[in-house]
Amino acid sequence: MKRTLWVILLIALAAFPWIGNNYALRLVTIMMLYCVLALSWNFIGGLTGYPSFATAAFFGLGAYTGAICQGQGVPMVVAWVIGSLLAAVFATGLGLAILRLRGHYFAIASLVVADVLREIVNSATPLTGGGMGFNLPILKLGVDAQAKLFYYLMLGLALLTIAVALFVNRHRLGFGLRCIKQNEDAANMIGINATVYKTIAFTLSAVFVGGAGAFYASWVNYIEPGDVFDVLFSVKPIVMVLLGQAGTVAGPIIGAVVFLLMEELVWRNFLTFHAGVLGLIVVGLIFFLPDGLLALPARRFRLWRGKP
Amino acid sequence: MEGKTLTALLELKKVSRSFGGLLALNEVSLKLEPGEIVGLIGPNGAGKTTLVNLVTAVYGVSAGEIYFDGQRIDGKKSHEIARLGISRTFQIVQPFPKMSVLENVAAGALFAGGAKDLAQARATAEEILRFVGLSGFANASASALTLADRKRLELAKSLAMKPKLLLLDEVNAGLNPVEIQKALELIRSLRDRGITILIIEHLMKVVLTICSRVAVLHHGQLISQGTPQEVVRDPRVVEAYLGSRFAHRTQQGKRNG
Repeated sequence: MKRTLWVILLIALAAFPWIGNNYALRLVTIMMLYCVLALSWNFIGGLTGYPSFATAAFFGLGAYTGAICQGQGVPMVVAWVIGSLLAAVFATGLGLAILRLRGHYFAIASLVVADVLREIVNSATPLTGGGMGFNLPILKLGVDAQAKLFYYLMLGLALLTIAVALFVNRHRLGFGLRCIKQNEDAANMIGINATVYKTIAFTLSAVFVGGAGAFYASWVNYIEPGDVFDVLFSVKPIVMVLLGQAGTVAGPIIGAVVFLLMEELVWRNFLTFHAGVLGLIVVGLIFFLPDGLLALPARRFRLWRGKP
Repeated sequence: MEGKTLTALLELKKVSRSFGGLLALNEVSLKLEPGEIVGLIGPNGAGKTTLVNLVTAVYGVSAGEIYFDGQRIDGKKSHEIARLGISRTFQIVQPFPKMSVLENVAAGALFAGGAKDLAQARATAEEILRFVGLSGFANASASALTLADRKRLELAKSLAMKPKLLLLDEVNAGLNPVEIQKALELIRSLRDRGITILIIEHLMKVVLTICSRVAVLHHGQLISQGTPQEVVRDPRVVEAYLGSRFAHRTQQGKRNG
């Protein structure tokens, strides 16, 4: 029953470019991008309990690496892979340095990384174009074909991220990360190499985001530092994961979908004050649903049985 | 000479640890032979928990050496020491609160007990829960247990790691006499399984009934060592616990009687 539902959903997603118009296609592509960002943050923030604000850093790094590689004549696909891998390597090194900090201290350390990278990109004008931004080589494809291409690419990346998330969740890595989240000292005492586990989680939170950044650069054809190192790329995934349910696979996906729909609806109806309205909705949801939307069925079930 | 270091399971050689200007442990040397239950006693702040924390690498040693099973372990990381076969319980219990009791124990089996995968770890965990008498709570959340059961969970978690050496930090604190009786039976059956035990304990009754040897810490120094009967008669121990006047009086009492 559940499996047939998934298969139907997958077929619908695969067939979507041939049904929906380009606006809808763009929306669902962004939805896939959000799924990748949310599931990635979930590795370090949801499973391990380290509130990372470094997602924007990985996204921007992937985007600029992909863009510069393509500018140098590297084939597009290779450029994407390089962007993804560089973000992962960067996260490994960064993780070894800042994952010894806990709680707020870790959050602040991870928050400044995107700013530092943005300033570097801003000042390295010969390589990156600096504040003028970077123009990518134009794809020799029609508008419709491009929309379809990047839709399938994001869909593929989202599916890959989901597969890895499912694997980690059932594997000893996920179990160990949950132990670290609940009590890192006790986790060390039962033989978990917390340093290695945390660093793996942090790397996982970067590799797909870097890839998504590289796709994004090719997709929009022009990037600038303020755009791809935007702090919102760090904040939105956190909101999505908390909205769905942290530490699960389905939670971040549901959170990403719901968040995108809210964002789009609010943006269309409150043009001048959309960020404020969206903020209020998010605060309200998290205040009244601290365990996320996934906890809703359980709560209703408890109410039926008359328990608090 | 060599034979001796080989037989000791745990050996501390002149181990010191200071925190800032405070010398928490001062050149403590201690040996545990395989199969022993050794009691570690001393007034509050004597350095008992610090000793356990040094062996499990929560802190590093300031000076001295620690050997386990013939291998030097000071300088190793906590998780490495856990995998070598030393497990501990905490004075203030440290479960993974949002996991079930079974998962808590399975974690120990998976990461240090040599279980191949989660399924095997769960099987081991079920067996250990039966052994400590917590089977009925396997699926309960760890944070829902009573204190006595949480202490037993802590013990089960340690056992799942298949330890050669078990460090018990006040497992009986806060338990009532019936619960203590049960805990003592459990500890004895562990020794019968071949596990060496170092037990930090405040209740003299427990120390006297269960320990084959007792070591006494006071102000970070090992002031006495021996069988429980020897140790309680040692004037230095009486002085540490009750003050010099009382020690003097018992000495006099002994001479007169």
